Amino acid sequence: MALLEIKNLNVRFKTNDGAVHAVNNVDLSVDAGEPLGIVGESGSGKSQLSFAIMGLLAQNGQATGSVTFDGQEILNAPPKVLNRIRAEKIAMIFQDPMTSLNPYMRVSDQMAEVLTLHKGLSRRDALAESVAMLDAVKIPDAKGRVRLYPHEFSGGMRQRVMIAMALLCRPKLLIADEPTTALDVTVQAQIMTLLADLQREFGMAMILITHDLGVVAGACERVAVMYGGRIRELGPVGPLFREPAHPYTQGLLAAIPRVDQNDDELAAIPGSPPNMSHPPPGCAFEPRCTYRRDGCAQQRPALEYFTADRARACFAPLRMFRQAAKPLCCQILMPPQKR
Amino acid sequence: MTRPLLDVRDLHVIFRIHSQAAMPWTKPRSLYAVNGVNFTLNQGETLGIVGESGSGKSTLARALIGLADATGKAEWIDGKDLIAMSPRQMMKYRSDIQMVFQDPLASLNPRMTVGQIIAEPLITHRPGLRKAEVKERVKAMMEKVGLLPNQINRYPHEFSGGQCQRIGIARALIVEPKLIICDEPVSALDVSIQAQVINLLIRLQRELGLSLIFIAHDLSVVKHISDRVMVLYLGKVMEIASSTDLYSAPQHPYTQALLSAVPVPDPDFDPTNTVVPLHGELPSPFNPPSGCVFRTRCPRAQARCASEVPLLLGNDQQVACHFPGPLTAAEIARARQSEVA
Repeated sequence: MALLEIKNLNVRFKTNDGAVHAVNNVDLSVDAGEPLGIVGESGSGKSQLSFAIMGLLAQNGQATGSVTFDGQEILNAPPKVLNRIRAEKIAMIFQDPMTSLNPYMRVSDQMAEVLTLHKGLSRRDALAESVAMLDAVKIPDAKGRVRLYPHEFSGGMRQRVMIAMALLCRPKLLIADEPTTALDVTVQAQIMTLLADLQREFGMAMILITHDLGVVAGACERVAVMYGGRIRELGPVGPLFREPAHPYTQGLLAAIPRVDQNDDELAAIPGSPPNMSHPPPGCAFEPRCTYRRDGCAQQRPALEYFTADRARACFAPLRMFRQAAKPLCCQILMPPQKR
Repeated sequence: MTRPLLDVRDLHVIFRIHSQAAMPWTKPRSLYAVNGVNFTLNQGETLGIVGESGSGKSTLARALIGLADATGKAEWIDGKDLIAMSPRQMMKYRSDIQMVFQDPLASLNPRMTVGQIIAEPLITHRPGLRKAEVKERVKAMMEKVGLLPNQINRYPHEFSGGQCQRIGIARALIVEPKLIICDEPVSALDVSIQAQVINLLIRLQRELGLSLIFIAHDLSVVKHISDRVMVLYLGKVMEIASSTDLYSAPQHPYTQALLSAVPVPDPDFDPTNTVVPLHGELPSPFNPPSGCVFRTRCPRAQARCASEVPLLLGNDQQVACHFPGPLTAAEIARARQSEVA
């Protein structure tokens, strides 16, 4: 049985401009010990999806559907229930380590607080456990540094502290929301290696949310590509990167400049992402799509499995992608909306 | 030989910083943001500048256009030194050097229309132009960067991030500059939009024969757009070479580590063959390490590196290292071992 089961999850925000449909009809499951990647651009709903799971939506947000963790329904559960699950079973690390650590508290106090609250440890035991965890995330001189304040750490070290704090209660699922976006490439490489090691060592499932396809390729087994609040393509990392079956995935892969290859011109995806306060009636990617056909603008494609483990939401027949992966996406160089 | 457009020699930018807890009569500490940088830029060429945050890449750009106090020499094509100029003398050159900034929305005045924003440099630098002509040129420029001319009366908040960056580019191009300095122009944009803006910059550069200084922390973007690439570390040049040489055969251990840290969007790519993890973080720029600034994190560091500052040597591929050379299999094996340990 899957560890986390998301069924028909919708997230709406009430704003002055009407309802914003941030997440729409998302079905997703995560097995125990599995690293899953969620990729998407800003505004694709990837972060709101994770906030909805954790019950951290903003005041004007409303989540509907079902999220079960270990068979227990946790979507919109009362705070008392959620507080037991958060940190103990599901932990989360955020993009900006400076704003998610308390600047007024020593790292030792912040970390020990988690253990005394959730595990009922004494202060002395909690402190020892915190130091051991800081050691595990490879902070040099953990014993001496545990008494410091967050501002005395560098960006990469702060992210390590965040990871250590998230792992204190040995969660079964770790949600990492853009954990390396604020960091330099060299530090990003260190943190990603660390996360992959810890994930294996602790045998926990991980949802890695990022906009960087390179990070996902290195760290995840399965990946979900989101666009306009919906999952567009879902599958194991290898086949999905080698033979993308959705025009958006294909365009995204072609749009990244590569250090390991020489490419002449980047195949940009024309146009810009949809406005989710007025979502289009059909496929949200239709205005930017080269494969669009009659009916794409009126009907919404559903996420359907075409092999045992790969699914996609698109009307264009599969063989079109197999035939000419590169030439077709190079045709989209000229933006159509300029006419 | 033709003269380079810009010839920068021994450029230094030093910030004097008073720490908050210090007494007012104590001496301020010196932060060496840019520490003796040399490079040349030819006409029509794109120079990429890469480095971690804190390596001085933005400060270097700001020094060139007079936004930060610098010492040294930056010789423009006509033989004048840009650094020694008074603001008034600089005025003449400001229309030759324009800048595109990182945050597309924050660099546009929210209370001005797009037309006013793009026209402003033109009105300042070409005061003789008639109103109708200014409008004409603004519209032509909007078309050139892929904006619809009928959006001329809209405000910046009505545009998306990618479009705002196009407005920024139009504003820089309207005075027909010779050099555009782009400070992380695409790092705030999504991948699909980023490719649009990069393609636009490359196209405009070819059409107009511009020189570009392109600053970014994303090495793959820099590779794509640049003819030559300069690698900075703690305000010093580590390596400067043509983009093909630098990416295919990096000589400096820092360049090698930086390149191997870039995640590759290909699950078949085996990182164990090439990746040398770089341990630790950038040392404090208040007291940079003696000798070679990179030695504290360098796998090749030896006693000589601590005592002697390496000079930037070489003809086409210039390297500042006592032990330059391509990455060897033994080094990769050693790096892997130390990581496991």
